[in-house]
Amino acid sequence: MNPFSSGTRLRDMIRAIRASKTAAEERAVVRKECAAIRAAINENDQDYRHRNLAKLMFIHMLGYPTHFGQMECLKLIASPGFPEKRIGYLGLMLLLDERQEVLMLVTNSLKQDLNHTNQYIVGLALCALGNICSAEMARDLAPEVERLLQFRDPNIRKKAALCSIRIIKKVPDLAENFINSATALLREKHHGVLITGVQLCTDLCKISPEALEHVRKKCTDVLVRTLRDLANSPYSPEYDIAGITDPFLHIRLLKLLRVLGEGDADASDSMNDILAQVATKTESNKVAGNAILYECVQTIMSIEDNGGLRVLAINSLGRFLSNRDNNIRYVALNMLMKAVTADGQAVQRHRATILECVKDSDASIRKRALELVYVLVNETNVKPLAKELIDYLEVSENDFRGDLTAKICSIVSKFSPEKIWYIDQMLKVLSEAGNYVKDEVWHALIVVITNATELHGYTVRALYRAFQTSAEQESLVRVTVWCIGEYGDLLVNNVGMLDIEDPITVTESDAVDVLEIAIKRHESDLTTKAMALVALLKLSSCFPSCSERIKEIIVQFKGNLMLELQQRAIEFNSILAKHQNIRSTLVERMPVLDEATFIGRKAGSLPGAASTTTMPSVGIPNGEAKPAAPLIDLLDLSSDDAPAPSSSGGDLLHDLLGVDLSPAPQQSGAGQPSKSGTDVLLDLLSVGSPAQSSSSTVDILTSNTNGKSPVSPLDDISSLSLSSRVNSNAGAAPMMDLLDGFGPSPSKENNGPVYPSITAYESSSLRLTFSFSKQPGNPETTNIQATFTNLSSNVYTDFVFQAAVPKFLQLHLDPASSNTLPAAGNGSVTQSLKVTNSQHGKKNLVMRIRIAYKLNGKDTLEEGQINNFPREL
Amino acid sequence: MIHFVLLISRQGKVRLTKWYSPYSQKERSKVIRELSSEILSRGPKLCNFVEWRGFKVVYKSDQDDNELETLSIIHHYVETLDRYFGSVCELDLIFNFHKAYFILDEILLAGEMQETSKRTTLRLIAAQEELLEAAKEEASSLSSIIAQATK
Repeated sequence: MNPFSSGTRLRDMIRAIRASKTAAEERAVVRKECAAIRAAINENDQDYRHRNLAKLMFIHMLGYPTHFGQMECLKLIASPGFPEKRIGYLGLMLLLDERQEVLMLVTNSLKQDLNHTNQYIVGLALCALGNICSAEMARDLAPEVERLLQFRDPNIRKKAALCSIRIIKKVPDLAENFINSATALLREKHHGVLITGVQLCTDLCKISPEALEHVRKKCTDVLVRTLRDLANSPYSPEYDIAGITDPFLHIRLLKLLRVLGEGDADASDSMNDILAQVATKTESNKVAGNAILYECVQTIMSIEDNGGLRVLAINSLGRFLSNRDNNIRYVALNMLMKAVTADGQAVQRHRATILECVKDSDASIRKRALELVYVLVNETNVKPLAKELIDYLEVSENDFRGDLTAKICSIVSKFSPEKIWYIDQMLKVLSEAGNYVKDEVWHALIVVITNATELHGYTVRALYRAFQTSAEQESLVRVTVWCIGEYGDLLVNNVGMLDIEDPITVTESDAVDVLEIAIKRHESDLTTKAMALVALLKLSSCFPSCSERIKEIIVQFKGNLMLELQQRAIEFNSILAKHQNIRSTLVERMPVLDEATFIGRKAGSLPGAASTTTMPSVGIPNGEAKPAAPLIDLLDLSSDDAPAPSSSGGDLLHDLLGVDLSPAPQQSGAGQPSKSGTDVLLDLLSVGSPAQSSSSTVDILTSNTNGKSPVSPLDDISSLSLSSRVNSNAGAAPMMDLLDGFGPSPSKENNGPVYPSITAYESSSLRLTFSFSKQPGNPETTNIQATFTNLSSNVYTDFVFQAAVPKFLQLHLDPASSNTLPAAGNGSVTQSLKVTNSQHGKKNLVMRIRIAYKLNGKDTLEEGQINNFPREL
Repeated sequence: MIHFVLLISRQGKVRLTKWYSPYSQKERSKVIRELSSEILSRGPKLCNFVEWRGFKVVYKSDQDDNELETLSIIHHYVETLDRYFGSVCELDLIFNFHKAYFILDEILLAGEMQETSKRTTLRLIAAQEELLEAAKEEASSLSSIIAQATK
């Protein structure tokens, strides 16, 4: 025994650590122990290896690095004794994970231990294998595990079953080998073996269609019978939880039945009775019972339709909503979301309860409930629902308001029966929570207002009133300012009074007051002030008596530090001073904004119409924000957010990605709104620099086109490529014409130096070749023609190619020639890429690629990295 | 499947971590840090958390897993711990963390439920502890001391 060996026992070390009063003290103790352990490791100390690993594990849990202990795990596992192996395997599972290569070294020990005579050691090996094995280990040791499925001891059988699950998840090819032994487990009586066997079969069926067939045919009845016996079984102290025998087994059986019944009418039929029994008879006052009910409901909703059963299920969910337990309510809301697609009517009956959940004290429940309500809104119930939601808006918490306002505005704009109701609701929302309202919402409001000519007077008066009380809500201020500018005369002269309105007297001076307040408020931002300036100009034309006063206000902004305001002030002042004669024509009433075009632009469609941005917001040329739109469609993570077309394009991306984007393009025009967003998107395997592609690409690709406006199937968008068709230039090329009969160079001009083609990626099923060309005089940019060849004998459909490049490169991808890749090289798909290397000459091109396609309906993914680009590119 | 289970004390000390999905060491620390701060500030009424004897047990499972079931699994585990230690307190778990792991490994494997009977689980643990005892006895028996000395 080494006299200098680490003398402390495990508990002594733990005590010492706990006794440390400061972090520094603790670190000192840990350091000392680690040093001792390291020394022991170096000397290959056997006696205390066991204890040292236990210490290391404790230290690891505290958060300190312990990788030097990994080999000790291996040595312990290789020791002959049970205690050493036990702690060795535990250490292995704690200190390593499947991605570490050291793990491979354990394979041999595992193999021996799986064949050990001591069944507890076999159990240890199965446990370790089942928790952290890698794909190679799974493949190597699968035969042993398979054999163990029939071991004499049930405890080993159950461990083997779960281990098998991991194996088939890691190596799906091996699934078929397990089918027979797995189904045999379903007839066992031992609950542990039964439940693990059921789980194994469930995963088998999910992975392998043959397994699904087999299990469905041979075992559905057995399973139904087992569940029935279980549900009817008498009290069993060993398995009883809250009055139910083995609820876990109940749940797993229900899960497996779900997998079997989905898509198969016969199987679904055979389980109807037991499902009805479980749904009605299970006690639902404890978590265990509710867990079973929940699973039962899920199963009912997934298998083939039996109307009565479904209504039963949804009613159970409705009852869940009134349960005091948060977890149950949350889970029920989730389930109801899914149920709505199957049977919306049944869910509608629980609308009141769901509405109550929107007001719940728990944030997650509120959110879920709101989403559910959103899905349930239709023309008949929109008015009462909107009223409830808006009432709630007043008392809701701030962090919920963003969601709530977005949803309310969405509901109101989608389903509003009349314009006046829409305007009323929107005004209420803006007054209550205008600061949480997104830009496109109040833009839309203005569009609707202009279209409701008979309501102009009503609206502007209502806005005026609202402004008196709620001037802190920015959006409200903006809309008010705009409307007063436009309809100031209606306001002052009480034009178009409706019966429901209270009388109100507003003088011209009052109207100008509003604008003055708006423009002088501290909190007003650039947009609001700019809008106010325009409105003032308009008013100076229709209220000549206030002209002087207005001029004074405007003059104050002539020296303003914000360029936009300064410019407007100077220009307007000039109009007021020197161009009185044209003033009135300049500020005539706005033409009615075309709702259809606005909505069309909102949906991210083509930039067909000329810029209708008559919005008084910061002027954005139509094309700039455009590239953002398809991105947003793709990244539409929340179903309700309307894709943003206009100035808020950048903002919406900001919201969605949480990326700190530069603000929407400034007056300087050529802003790149998604610059930093691009970096994030590179991670998502998307493309860089949309705005950049505008001129150069179009030049190259439109040189010989006939300028047809491109039809853009959404497939193209789904390949995450921002092609030139996205640009506002109408001359964007129809890709099919270009790519047909293309040689290696996409441009018809004389090629630059020729570069050798490369096989960029090749697998057993697919080959990708790149051929290059450069334009003379443009050495940084390379045009690549990518050709995909299908090397297998099956056709690939929904073929999508994606690529990502590091930051010093910029990549532009054109749509592919087709999404279907015929088999065995009977044709190929081509796609053009353009790469710009900002470090041309210093760094080589490199690209990560991802190819997705469907093979016989199954999604397949291939990924790779291309490092063999020719040096000179 | 369950992807991980964490046992964290009220003061934010991690007492047990078990990972069933590949998380690198960096990712693990990140998860622990973020969860610790979130859980400790929230009330007892949230999902994915089980409050138990001054501990919060956190788990993460699949999207389509039955959350109520996972809750029950965790309940099952802590009740087994209770039975084993006899009304366990935090100190038990600190000094006997390896035993807590061994018990967890008899209840969950590969993130799935392995044994639904507490009695069976504890019997298996007891059997393995007997093996440990036997090994210790053997190591300290006369014959092995002689064998060591003559090595």
